[in-house]
Amino acid sequence: MAYKAVIGLEFHCEMKSHTKVFSNAINGYSKVSNEYVSPIDMAFPGTLPIVNKTCIRKAIEMAYILNCKIPEYMEFDRKNYFYPDLPKGYQITQFHNPVGVNGKIDINVNGKVKTVLIHDIHLEEDAASLDHYYDTTTIDYNRAGVPLLELVTEPCFNSSDEALAFLEHIKSIYEYTDISECDSKKGQIRADVNVSIMDEKDRELGTKVEVKNVNSFSNIRETIEYEIKRQSELKDSGRYNEVVQETRRWDDESKTTIHMRSKADAVDYKYFVEPNLPRYKITKELIEDIKKDIPPLADERKEKYMKEYNLNDYDSTVLVKNKKVSDYFEECIKLGADAKSACNWITTKILAEVNKSEEITIDDVFIRPNMLVELIKLIDDKKITNNQGKEVFAKMLEEKLTPSEIVKKYNMEVIEDENLIDNLVMEVINENAKAIEDYHNGRTNMLDYLVGQVMKKSKGKANPVQAKEKMIEKIK
Amino acid sequence: MLEKNIKELHEDLVNNKITSDKLVKKSIKACHDIQEKTNSFVTIIDEVKGETVTDELVSGIPYGIKDIFSTKDILSTGSSNTLKDYVPFFDATCVANLKKKGAVAVAKTVLDELGMGGTGTTGHTGVVHNPWNLDRMTAGSSAGSAASVASGVYPFALGSDTGDSIRKPAAYCGIVGYKPTYGMVSRYGMFQFASSLDTVGVLTRSVEDAAIVVDAMKGQDEKDMTTWDSSDIHLYDSLDKNVKGKKLFYIKEVCDIENYDNPNEELKSHLENFKEKVKLCEKLGMSVEGVSIDKTLLTALPSVYVVISCAEATSNMSNLTGIVFGPRGDGDNPMEMIKDHRTKGFSPLIKRRFVIGSYVLQSENQERYFLNAKRVRRLIVNKMNELFEKYDAMIAPVGTGPAKLLKDDKNTLSKDTTVLEELLQIGNYGGYPSITIPNGFINKLPVGMNITGKVKDDINVLNIAYALESEMEYKNQIAKEVK
Repeated sequence: MAYKAVIGLEFHCEMKSHTKVFSNAINGYSKVSNEYVSPIDMAFPGTLPIVNKTCIRKAIEMAYILNCKIPEYMEFDRKNYFYPDLPKGYQITQFHNPVGVNGKIDINVNGKVKTVLIHDIHLEEDAASLDHYYDTTTIDYNRAGVPLLELVTEPCFNSSDEALAFLEHIKSIYEYTDISECDSKKGQIRADVNVSIMDEKDRELGTKVEVKNVNSFSNIRETIEYEIKRQSELKDSGRYNEVVQETRRWDDESKTTIHMRSKADAVDYKYFVEPNLPRYKITKELIEDIKKDIPPLADERKEKYMKEYNLNDYDSTVLVKNKKVSDYFEECIKLGADAKSACNWITTKILAEVNKSEEITIDDVFIRPNMLVELIKLIDDKKITNNQGKEVFAKMLEEKLTPSEIVKKYNMEVIEDENLIDNLVMEVINENAKAIEDYHNGRTNMLDYLVGQVMKKSKGKANPVQAKEKMIEKIK
Repeated sequence: MLEKNIKELHEDLVNNKITSDKLVKKSIKACHDIQEKTNSFVTIIDEVKGETVTDELVSGIPYGIKDIFSTKDILSTGSSNTLKDYVPFFDATCVANLKKKGAVAVAKTVLDELGMGGTGTTGHTGVVHNPWNLDRMTAGSSAGSAASVASGVYPFALGSDTGDSIRKPAAYCGIVGYKPTYGMVSRYGMFQFASSLDTVGVLTRSVEDAAIVVDAMKGQDEKDMTTWDSSDIHLYDSLDKNVKGKKLFYIKEVCDIENYDNPNEELKSHLENFKEKVKLCEKLGMSVEGVSIDKTLLTALPSVYVVISCAEATSNMSNLTGIVFGPRGDGDNPMEMIKDHRTKGFSPLIKRRFVIGSYVLQSENQERYFLNAKRVRRLIVNKMNELFEKYDAMIAPVGTGPAKLLKDDKNTLSKDTTVLEELLQIGNYGGYPSITIPNGFINKLPVGMNITGKVKDDINVLNIAYALESEMEYKNQIAKEVK
């Protein structure tokens, strides 16, 4: 039987910043353990937190975008618990007074608008990361103190589609505002997913199950779908009492959720205001100032592409889906490319390249906007043919050369000399008397064959339109 | 030579009457000489050399550092087994500032474990003895700093003050103890006890020296967000004894002997002595009034302290897990190792405070204990700020008499003296500048009085102390008994 699912999300995202949120160690991704660490990150005795003002600005910016109520003061709390990945024995977070509360934002779910309610958004620090081996555990403090934004929604989603549409929307905002890269491969996102089910007519929510630390969008989708299925099956078989308020985790190997702890084991975090960070006044002027910094987001860019560049809805959507792609496109426009040509090349050829591997983004593609624009111009100026253009594109990737270098290397430039083309046309006519006769007898497709012969003789360098015109002129 | 104050030593150094090297060597030897009797030190830094003498008054001069401060390449234990072998790789800001100005640290002094205690008896290296009478306690937690400065092994030692940890031991040891306004001196590198109360300060034998040392180590620090810019405050240069017309007050409920049911002889003498000094204030041209404060508020003082300080301490000291530093605990998994480290490392007194701190922070208790304690703290501060609008400073006797016997440190006080015993905590609640100076003797043991003023009004507080000190005969006194 199908039940109504109710889903809430707590979405943690590592922020982009030069330094960590409470220390001056570099906030960066490193494959080398313990490379970006300051004494504060390891909680050496006597160290004190210093707040990163850029992170505060970005947190306020996000709270504003989510239409949250922003408090008068920025202040932090301590969340106290012991764990080997938590050097201070507490996490600095925002509990009593988050940077944003009671927000809402409209998202698009399969063509329909849905309003998502935001419970709160707050700024906090990440813990160190633990690596477990057979009989040892190692601690890497690179991640300790990395700024995190935690966004908590109300339980307002009814399907994995809705939840994922929301996450994609937030990811897009984070990317466009440069708040976060949201890169799951770098462990930058984590979500706690709350799922319950109920009969459509029920007034009260069912028993809520929390699945902690799900670390990619695809796993979040699988988690939600698995939990709905698990809970529904229990309910179907009259065992709904086995759905208990508990914390579970997603197990990627078995593709199931596994019990972690029950509600009775819940930790009392003994929150209290962090005394080492004086509260920071969020003035109206500051909010105004931050507002000015908010760049055009995806929707705004999409609208511009459709209105100003006359691109269609589909292409515009593809271009803005990823900010780097959109930036790439805009760079091409800035360099003077025709919007439609640039769009075609990017949405087909370039994105095909990007999609070849999960490991790369558009920034890793050898062909940069200036090269693409150069290629487009060569075609537009009829220096090379469309087909040659495609060949040049492939060779650029292969040989890591610019369009003009490829054209030069392979001697591909279109022959502009009319006499030369005339000579080639005459040669073809002399060598194909039979074909011309057939043509005159009504086999008009022989024209294409004859032009093809001209192209062949020119090694593809003749302008095919010009060659065709000449051929008609000579044999008519 | 070592009994001289900073100014005198500076002149001797400048005039080549002694080299910094020699002075430092003498100081180190003096430290060793008193160590057996007083047990003041966790570490005596034998290998240290003198420094170049410059215009800085503290240059080339030896001093002691409470072992609660992080000192680069020098053992820093907090007098706790949890840190018994911890050698930091960075200096506390106050230490770095003094180092930059050429002061030479020669010893790390014993404290009550991690600053949590007022007896000088709970450090991991044992009890600190009062140099005026070895059967007596120094009070704490800056016990070794007080004992060593009173013994005259150097002119000053750093302390930290969360409730009265500088100002009480100063009184018991007959010296000066100065807690500046909160945020004037950076706390970076001071092992945190209760962050909202912790203050870096100094123990000296004169008000001038206290001013000189705090001048040398204060300043806004980008590593401590609670510090503020005090570059326009020059403490030492502002000492002029000009206190005429200043208005002082004392709290009648704790300073008038008739408010105690069965006062002992010590308390009587102590309050009598204090009242004589009130007259001295008047002789200096200041007015002194007794004011009344709601008894309920006053009796709440010690509980507010217990709740707030224990709550912050239990959180602050959660970094002591033996994972990153400190002896690694035994256990099959990290959580067991942490538990073992903490079970073995902390003394019962500290554990008791952690239990209290955790209890008052638990979600079901927080409103009743922790948040109420913060509210009462606010009420006390409001009342004090109201009084400071009318008066320049509060004066008070320190504690209920001279140093107590070590053998009955278990507190034999009657209940109605608790408020007086804990009165100086007011200074930490409001972050007020507060200084203790010696003001006499009872049974051959020194006693002290305290001057507390409004926030950032350190100059005024020091000036009142300076004027009073000049009219008494206890300036630069040394406990010669240990020599």
